[in-house]
Amino acid sequence: MKINRRSFLHSAALAGGGLALTLHTSKLVLAQAPPAPPDLTPQAFIQIAPDGMVTIMARASESGQGMRNMLPMLIAEELDVEWKNVRVEQAELNEKVYGRQFSGGSANTPMGWEPMRRVGAAGRAMLITAAAQSWGVPADKCSTKAGRVLHTASGRSMGYGELAAKAAALPAPALSSVKLKDPKDYRIIGHSQPGVDTHGIVTGKPLFGIDVELPGMLYASIEKAPVFAGKVKSANVDEIKALPGVRHVLVIEGSITPAALTPWEPGMEPGVAIVADTWWHAQQARKKLKVDWDLGPAAAQSSEGFAAKAEEILKAPPGKAVRRYGDLDAVLNSAAKVVDATYQFPFIAHVTMEPQGATAHWKDGKLEMWSTSTLPADGVGLVAKTLGIQETDITTHMVRSGGSFGRRLQNDYLVEAAWIAKRVDAPVKLLWSREDDVMHDPFRPGATVGLKGSLDAQGKLTAWRHHFVTFGDGKQATSGGGMGQDSFPAGFAPAYALHISMQPLMQRTGALRAPGDNAYCWVAQAFLDEMAHAAGRDPLEFQLELLSNKKAAWSSGEHDAVGDHEPTGPSVLIAERFKGVLELVAEKSGWSKRAKEPGRGMGIAAWFCHLGYFAEVAEVSVDAQNKVTVHRVWAAGDVGSQIINPNAAESMGQGGIMEGMGHLAQEITFAEGKVQQSNFHNHPLMRMRQVPKIEVYWRKTDYSPTGLGEPTLPPILPAVTNAIFAATGKRIRTLPLQRSGFSWA
Amino acid sequence: MAIQLNVNKTAVTVDAPPEMPLLWVLRDLLHLRGSKYGCGVGLCGACTVLVDGHAVRSCMTAVGDVGSDPVITIEGLSPDGLHPLQVAWEAMDVPQCGYCQAGQIMAAAALLQETPHPTDAEIDGAMSGNLCRCGTYTRIRQAIHEATQTGAPALAK
Ligand code: FES
Ligand code: FES
Repeated sequence: MKINRRSFLHSAALAGGGLALTLHTSKLVLAQAPPAPPDLTPQAFIQIAPDGMVTIMARASESGQGMRNMLPMLIAEELDVEWKNVRVEQAELNEKVYGRQFSGGSANTPMGWEPMRRVGAAGRAMLITAAAQSWGVPADKCSTKAGRVLHTASGRSMGYGELAAKAAALPAPALSSVKLKDPKDYRIIGHSQPGVDTHGIVTGKPLFGIDVELPGMLYASIEKAPVFAGKVKSANVDEIKALPGVRHVLVIEGSITPAALTPWEPGMEPGVAIVADTWWHAQQARKKLKVDWDLGPAAAQSSEGFAAKAEEILKAPPGKAVRRYGDLDAVLNSAAKVVDATYQFPFIAHVTMEPQGATAHWKDGKLEMWSTSTLPADGVGLVAKTLGIQETDITTHMVRSGGSFGRRLQNDYLVEAAWIAKRVDAPVKLLWSREDDVMHDPFRPGATVGLKGSLDAQGKLTAWRHHFVTFGDGKQATSGGGMGQDSFPAGFAPAYALHISMQPLMQRTGALRAPGDNAYCWVAQAFLDEMAHAAGRDPLEFQLELLSNKKAAWSSGEHDAVGDHEPTGPSVLIAERFKGVLELVAEKSGWSKRAKEPGRGMGIAAWFCHLGYFAEVAEVSVDAQNKVTVHRVWAAGDVGSQIINPNAAESMGQGGIMEGMGHLAQEITFAEGKVQQSNFHNHPLMRMRQVPKIEVYWRKTDYSPTGLGEPTLPPILPAVTNAIFAATGKRIRTLPLQRSGFSWA
Repeated sequence: MAIQLNVNKTAVTVDAPPEMPLLWVLRDLLHLRGSKYGCGVGLCGACTVLVDGHAVRSCMTAVGDVGSDPVITIEGLSPDGLHPLQVAWEAMDVPQCGYCQAGQIMAAAALLQETPHPTDAEIDGAMSGNLCRCGTYTRIRQAIHEATQTGAPALAK
């Protein structure tokens, strides 16, 4: 376990200097007003030991996207130290000191790029000032190199370790005033640095949430109703209490009222928590648990019912368009060709490799939590509210997690652990079983989409009508189920309308990697492929032509995906970048020279989301039993001017592609409100034997660097289904693949 | 019930019901938390350890059935973290979240014992029971090939 913040400061003080100084505790944040971003200080992030070893605090949580490397690398670059002399330490949760500690929306790169470099540069400036003062020379005559300040004129130099104590006593310069390096001088940014935890991982160190262990700790498991928010009428609590190893049995009343719209963090799900000496004992006791459930209104829901309702909605004339421009009806009526299609995609679960869980310890009115949340400050707020305690009575340690993919933006498991800990006289580690994790996931919601597109006599796309049937209360879509009015090809289709209809959903949903985009990229790019085929044209050329249209104004002024946590502000699709990745992937994959043979084909697709652009080509073969093998994938990405950690970036690209392929065969279905899937046998992931050769290429542009956890994923879904069409002539309009008669080989 | 085990070349005694899975004995009683829980039913391989040199899913192995067969976990794969697979994993920076990787490395260790220079098809055969949610398979494959260049030592039984 990482040392906590207090001992960090303490040991720094004992070590007699170093650049770790006062915490920025003077700013009290008012409960109501949104907290102003704090002034970041080099002292909060950087500590330099007398021997020159540099400790850099990683502010964001780590769940595999490489944030413990990426953000500290930005600081180290501008501090001008050697990466081999850097030790990265996970910061505790303290947004007043570190700024936003959030990992999601591919946002850490755009949010951290400027401030983290400035923190490093400010630290460097302080070290230079300290050296200049010692030598009695002007600071602007000093330079730095690899952890030393140099005064070239006199040939003198001093290591950062010797200067740290003196530098720490200086006032930090305003971050806005410091000068940043010319990118051509980068020695860390743009150079692959292995994961800071990789050695620990390959030697089995206890780095993960599930590995937290405290003296006297007990283990908890929670049985929940088979239907969302079902309540406990009665349970054989006394019988369970008497089982071996069981210490406590707690009935959770819960606080969710099922309604047409389930909010982002809906409250505690009811259930029965069993606390035991080992997790296995708790699980064994669960098998003997007999609960009489009040399943509640969600038991009336089923996938069949959702599909029937969506069909009914699509048959009726749609309501007022969310966005409409061009004379759509006139264009459709006079078109040379009109194509109609209905696309369907299912609910799917996050299934992080490490199931949800958390550790909490309630002692003397204070709560200490070990959290894997990627939105940890929200977790503290939610815990305080649920337990009726003050946020200031909570300490949060941020622990590495075995994957998030959006799942750990929600803090339900943390609240559960805290709720149990408050009732138990010992530290408690809560762990969800895989079955809990699949069946009580905040799912990526499914949808049904009615599409109509038209072509003129020259085979040019003239109109696009999109009727998105999702879930919600009619005003607001369920989390992860919204759709932005700028979602491609909005703006580029000469005439366009987007209608959004909703049906009620008494079920928790959430953001899954590239929320929204992970599904509507598939819909839009697959239907675009249909339109190109109907026009008898090459899909690449057809799409490039569409992107050359004069774009209608970006109407929302916001990110294209209406997510719950879009931190990156206004962004617009830049056609030149979208075209750029398409052209690059076409070149790398030999698109124009692709062979046309039965049973084998290539598909192309591209997308813009979370400020990044990706185009992907998949090459597949399909056998006589409709079993699909993906042989090769080429990906081209544009996330701006720098690929900060290239080796990790390539891996992220490959991972996004593997995940997207996985989505193609996954589904969550409901019968009488009950989730029908429970583990990897019926909610599968891709396996080693199904992995294609994947090549990832970068198109560097002059834009500020942005993240790539999310934009790598969406294009692979349509790239594969378009390739299946090229190979077989069969169009996949319903996912998962098996509902369209296909499956993975 | 007191059960004697040989874990990472050390004789240990645990007080556990014989039907308790080896995984939870390792993690919660012996405090060896490198082996991970992913599914509990043999579908993911996150819990893979070596028992008598064979890759087994410790979530499905009752501790009472292990007997005197030597158990090797990721913590005991090499004394210094320098098993060729560990070296190759670091060199290729295989992990993303890292949660599956102990199981991946143990499955690969068993493969290399039987087949010191596996083909891609042999890697597919031996490694397809180990899921990686982050999709690091390309790197895992490369790292296994890389490790065969340095030559994986036979594991002490
Ligand atoms: S936890 Fe043992 S195979 Fe998944
Ligand atoms: S590295 Fe995350 S599951 Fe494999």
